[in-house]
Amino acid sequence: MNAGHSISDVSFVFPTAEQIWRVLVLEEYNTRVVILGVMALGIAAGIVGTFLLLRKRALTADALSHATLPGITVAFMVMVGLGMQGKSMFGLMVGAFIFGCVGVLLILGIRRTTILKDDAAIGIVLSVLFGLGLCLLRLATEMPTGNAAGLNGFIFGKASSMVAGDTKAISIVAICIGVIVLTLRKEFTALCFDEKFGAAQGWPILRLDIVLMSLVAIVTVIALQSVGLVLAVAMLIVPAASARYWCTKIGSLLLVSALIGCLGGWLGGVVSALVPRMPTGPVIVLVCGGWFVFSFIFGPVNGIVVRLWKVWRLNRRVAMQHILRAMFEVSSEDTLCNFESIANTRSWPQTQVKRLLSRLERHRFATRKGNCWSLTALGMAEAKRVVRNHRLWETYLINFADIAPNHVDRDADMIEHVLGTSMVEKLEALLGNDPITTSPHPLGERG
Amino acid sequence: MTQRASQLGSEHSPHAAVSVHDLTVAYHRKPVLWDVDLDIPSGKLVAIVGPNGAGKSTLIKAVMELVPKASGLISIYGKQFRKQRHRVAYVPQRESVDWDFPIDAIGVVSMGRYRKIGWCRPVRSQDKRLAMDALKRVGMEEYADRQISQLSGGQQQRVFLARALAQDADIYFMDEPFASVDAATERAIVHVLRDLRSSGKTVIVVHHDLQTVSDYFDHVIMLNMRVVAHGTVEEVFTNENLRKTYGGRLTLLDEAAGLLARQSSKV
Repeated sequence: MNAGHSISDVSFVFPTAEQIWRVLVLEEYNTRVVILGVMALGIAAGIVGTFLLLRKRALTADALSHATLPGITVAFMVMVGLGMQGKSMFGLMVGAFIFGCVGVLLILGIRRTTILKDDAAIGIVLSVLFGLGLCLLRLATEMPTGNAAGLNGFIFGKASSMVAGDTKAISIVAICIGVIVLTLRKEFTALCFDEKFGAAQGWPILRLDIVLMSLVAIVTVIALQSVGLVLAVAMLIVPAASARYWCTKIGSLLLVSALIGCLGGWLGGVVSALVPRMPTGPVIVLVCGGWFVFSFIFGPVNGIVVRLWKVWRLNRRVAMQHILRAMFEVSSEDTLCNFESIANTRSWPQTQVKRLLSRLERHRFATRKGNCWSLTALGMAEAKRVVRNHRLWETYLINFADIAPNHVDRDADMIEHVLGTSMVEKLEALLGNDPITTSPHPLGERG
Repeated sequence: MTQRASQLGSEHSPHAAVSVHDLTVAYHRKPVLWDVDLDIPSGKLVAIVGPNGAGKSTLIKAVMELVPKASGLISIYGKQFRKQRHRVAYVPQRESVDWDFPIDAIGVVSMGRYRKIGWCRPVRSQDKRLAMDALKRVGMEEYADRQISQLSGGQQQRVFLARALAQDADIYFMDEPFASVDAATERAIVHVLRDLRSSGKTVIVVHHDLQTVSDYFDHVIMLNMRVVAHGTVEEVFTNENLRKTYGGRLTLLDEAAGLLARQSSKV
């Protein structure tokens, strides 16, 4: 794709609008082959990755992909030994698949027969098999026959070497994987959520696991050419992990994950076609990573923004309720409800009190005459409700939890704002429907 | 049934819901259950009690072939477990799964129907309806579409119970369903247990709260690495048996188990 640029060429010419357009609509043949291929890969990886993530096997998949390197080189050597050219893509893929599965079996074996845990087993298999692969690769390049030059392209991926046949193969495999996962959706769900329950029902847990890991191995194998074995695991994990910030059901997770993988492939392919000397695989992974960061920040399910917004809203409500209660208590003591006496009920900074009072005014909870603030009828009703919740909880603590009266105020401060209607009803059932006109502890004696 | 009525295996009743004969279970070659021999009568609520590490969960897992047994025979209504699997439902411990899993309450309960739906087929609307009925029985129908991570511990436990109910089995194994649940959940579970009994089902519950054994259960199995006593609550749930069950492990039994584990791992 970056033909025409020599390695010493460091200049960067911003692509023209026409160039960008031609890439975006996949007008150029070479770009089209690559981008369609990585889009299909993104879909397959997104779908399988969802269950891989739910099965908590992400790192096993990483070991699996590293274990494909010796597989590729051994397959190459065998084919050369048999007198073939040694570059049959299918043969190399078969070798990669077999060694990937061997890697997983080794992890299981180490875990089962030694005292080592998962992380150690994965670390050992990943590094040792990758090291073996690098050594075998060196041997392969020194073989008198065959040409091993292209083999190291599988380590970091070399998308520009993809031809139409590869893209077609990847697409067919992606469709098959999609069909298999959707047919076994119910079984995989049970496997990932509660394997003991599945086993008690007689599901063949081990065989389902084997099917899932084989699908992972197949996705890794079709990712070798474009993304490379070191980064292949990112295609499986990152879109699936991002999807969890957007939805909470398996069906939509599969869809969103596939979509993010597909978009990652498309955008990554486009960027690497437009920017000279940018390797396709890493760019795709970076785009997916960008998607993850975006989801992590803006995703509606537990995204940072949503969480901060919830905290902010709660704090706002708490502050409002506090000032309402302060005003209610000050006014019921016949003190002038002026700015200072409100601020004095709690050690609040003046600016905060000002801000809260003007917010009360905006909500028509309070009105102002000079320095004197008073609650409106609306504000009074709300203040009474808040005070009542506070006192209900205090009374409950004193009567049922045996907490000293001079301590309950602080405790109630935390709880009163989260008391829902059902909790208030339960408290009323316990304490009677008493309006509780006086505080159960002397006011102004805050613990 | 009297205490250890079945010292001789030949006395096993063919009408028993679950028959366990000379069961020994070992984890990593260390025996955790020795020579368990029992008949669990049909149509009763049965509690399994005993101290921590007594092998309570192990016993029900061994019956369902979830852990390998070192020796022994188990039959469900006189036949092998494998042939009776459809008649057995299981409520695992709540902590055994990840409640952040992306699924809603009705989705979990529908899993109870998976076996009947069969391989590779989607959940039918009739199964959804049955799952909904099961949720109703535990008082959780309004939470059907709730993400399971949003449920309280007690509600999660009730969802697990509903999943077992959706299986429509004859024998229910429950692993500590009352562990740290709220009062409403406890009431709901007890209600379901009595309901199951009155429709002739057998329920076997790993239970930790000795206070409630007499209120909730008909039969009790008192376990501490071996069966200390089993029979009706009135007969065997006595102070003496409690002392035998909870009065420390049998030191020699424990030591022998440790020796066995060490010796055989040398090979």
